Amino acid sequence: MAVCIAVIAKENYPLYIRSTPTENELKFHYMVHTSLDVVDEKISAMGKALVDQRELYLGLLYPTEDYKVYGYVTNSKVKFVMVVDSSNTALRDNEIRSMFRKLHNSYTDVMCNPFYNPGDRIQAFDNMVTSMMIQVC
Amino acid sequence: MEAAAAAAAAAAAAAAAGGGCGSGPPPLLLSEGEQQCYSELFARCAGAAGGGPGSGPPEAARVAPGTATAAAGPVADLFRASQLPAETLHQITELCGAKRVGYFGPTQFYIALKLIAAAQSGLPVRIESIKCELPLPRFMMSKNDGEIRFGNPAELHGTKVQIPYLTTEKNSFKRMDDEDKQQETQSPTMSPLASPPSSPPHYQRVPLSHGYSKLRSSAEQMHPAPYEARQPLVQPEGSSSGGPGTKPLRHQASLIRSFSVERELQDNSSYPDEPWRITEEQREYYVNQFRSLQPDPSSFISGSVAKNFFTKSKLSIPELSYIWELSDADCDGALTLPEFCAAFHLIVARKNGYPLPEGLPPTLQPEYLQAAFPKPKWDCQLFDSYSESLPANQQPRDLNRMETSVKDMADLPVPNQDVTSDDKQALKSTINEALPKDVSEDPATPKDSNSLKARPRSRSYSSTSIEEAMKRGEDPPTPPPRPQKTHSRASSLDLNKVFQPSVPATKSGLLPPPPALPPRPCPSQSEQVSEAELLPQLSRAPSQAAESSPAKKDVLYSQPPSKPIRRKFRPENQATENQEPSTAASGPASAATMKPHPTVQKQSSKQKKAIQTAIRKNKEANAVLARLNSELQQQLKEVHQERIALENQLEQLRPVTVL
Repeated sequence: MAVCIAVIAKENYPLYIRSTPTENELKFHYMVHTSLDVVDEKISAMGKALVDQRELYLGLLYPTEDYKVYGYVTNSKVKFVMVVDSSNTALRDNEIRSMFRKLHNSYTDVMCNPFYNPGDRIQAFDNMVTSMMIQVC
Repeated sequence: MEAAAAAAAAAAAAAAAGGGCGSGPPPLLLSEGEQQCYSELFARCAGAAGGGPGSGPPEAARVAPGTATAAAGPVADLFRASQLPAETLHQITELCGAKRVGYFGPTQFYIALKLIAAAQSGLPVRIESIKCELPLPRFMMSKNDGEIRFGNPAELHGTKVQIPYLTTEKNSFKRMDDEDKQQETQSPTMSPLASPPSSPPHYQRVPLSHGYSKLRSSAEQMHPAPYEARQPLVQPEGSSSGGPGTKPLRHQASLIRSFSVERELQDNSSYPDEPWRITEEQREYYVNQFRSLQPDPSSFISGSVAKNFFTKSKLSIPELSYIWELSDADCDGALTLPEFCAAFHLIVARKNGYPLPEGLPPTLQPEYLQAAFPKPKWDCQLFDSYSESLPANQQPRDLNRMETSVKDMADLPVPNQDVTSDDKQALKSTINEALPKDVSEDPATPKDSNSLKARPRSRSYSSTSIEEAMKRGEDPPTPPPRPQKTHSRASSLDLNKVFQPSVPATKSGLLPPPPALPPRPCPSQSEQVSEAELLPQLSRAPSQAAESSPAKKDVLYSQPPSKPIRRKFRPENQATENQEPSTAASGPASAATMKPHPTVQKQSSKQKKAIQTAIRKNKEANAVLARLNSELQQQLKEVHQERIALENQLEQLRPVTVL
């Protein structure tokens, strides 16, 4: 299942990052960071005229030996990055999409809270993210 | 092997008990079996205290290894394991002298054990009881030395302190039965293990409990004895266990009190979470606040408006954010009326020190709130609050008035004053402590308003109304009334009523004036009579705006004198209320009208004067504000001009820099 989930702001700083603490978390942070380049590539590859048609789900950003990294961008350039264990072969694209959709919904809920200042760290994700991380483990 | 040491200790202890208590309790004569048992228990308590393998409580460390005292923790544990009620244990503790000397020495301990045996045999707890032959006291507890403190794990909830202790019970807040109270009394033994909770919640909770105890001391019949029993029981333990123990123990006592009172408050609940149940008065208050932000009760408040409003409660932003998450069920960034009530209630509870729940309690769900409280019916709710304490009856009046005086500038200070000088339930009172820090501009005025004359009150209102108007956007919402010993709320009520005539003229279409408010139940009058009178009254009142407002003025204007006088006026109030609507409408149904017209006329003339002065003050305030407005406009123009000048300069300079 997802071993790391991160929400990156438009300016490419993390709003929320959480990983299953089984391993060195720094490694996941680094992977997420490097994946940002790929995300930017994919976004710019679309061309500025296609912003409306750009699909939010970016798909597999890059695979590594143990992990696969998936990306998702919102219309406000907030990025969701998810690191998934490669050994979990049963995980299909649709499931990843649905997970991103859930993330996006929770993110909008957090945005709706008037006490949340855009650009702050997000505290409210934990429940949902925990459920995602433990879901298929 | 412990027996040998115990026997040696028993001999020494028996000698000490027999010989050493000159001024203490009378010497004990213990039988052989008793001696052995008691010394064993004492050694266990002292041993667990002094020699525990690191799991002893902090106060145990304070017990010097050389002295033979049993720490309060294991002793208390032991006593509770005897399954005697708390009062009995408290008596025993007192009698055995531990409270006096501050610790459980062998003498005290043995005497206490003997008393426990006596109590368990059904004998009264007296010094004389221990003189006779008694069976050994029975204790239900596990026999592990190291874990003696923990006793029955099912009852004592681990290392948590009072707040989390409560959350470890079934729901976040459990109904406090007597068994629970006993369990509560056990938890103080756990408190030294965990760090005491932070002090601000402690201090907040204490006023809550004090407010409750003050308010409810007359009303509650079932709880005074256990409370007193518990508190002294807490204190000897506190004195013997020292600092870390006392604070949480007092917490405990106050929490127990508060929760029991809460239970009394909301006895009709089918849900276990009483603190999350919104009472009638609270509901009305919240609805009025909602209306102040958004006149249409069926639409919603936008996020930014709600944010500004709730920020005034001075809770931290993360907490407010969390409360919002809980209460905005549909996550649309806006609060409907039930959502708003839920959020407000959570804020109120948080202010009073209750920790926030993990999820929205069932009584705060929007569906529940909407079903439980349809469009507020003032009549019924006023009657519901009839049997509540005095302040509660005032609340509907306040709310009625607040309802109509929502947007009016002059009325802004009015609710503040109402609220600050009103006697209310402690739950709302603590909001006062927190919220009206912003009402700091009114420090003098609430005192003024507490005076019983209408005139000084209107003066104070006008002086503050300017500041109020200036800080209109930032003023806190009218906090719920705070309980005060002086029943001076009536004065502010009157003033509200006094101000009201100016309001309906401007917004006649907005809301009907509140119906005539029921006078408080007076012991001299039968409640049924007053209720009967009020019923026709109230039903007629909404239909007669003009007639009822003078009636209300009469009612409320007679409030300013102190309570005894109010009682006297009550028949007059009722009389006037009955007379005026009845004269205006069809024949009255009431037969208990007592006082004649002269008092009515006197009151109405007084009121007229008060109204006129109030009008004058309002006009002055208006003039001042208009002047202020023009001055500010002037300043704005000047600033604009400056800006234009600066921009010109910039333009001139720019070609230079570009080059």
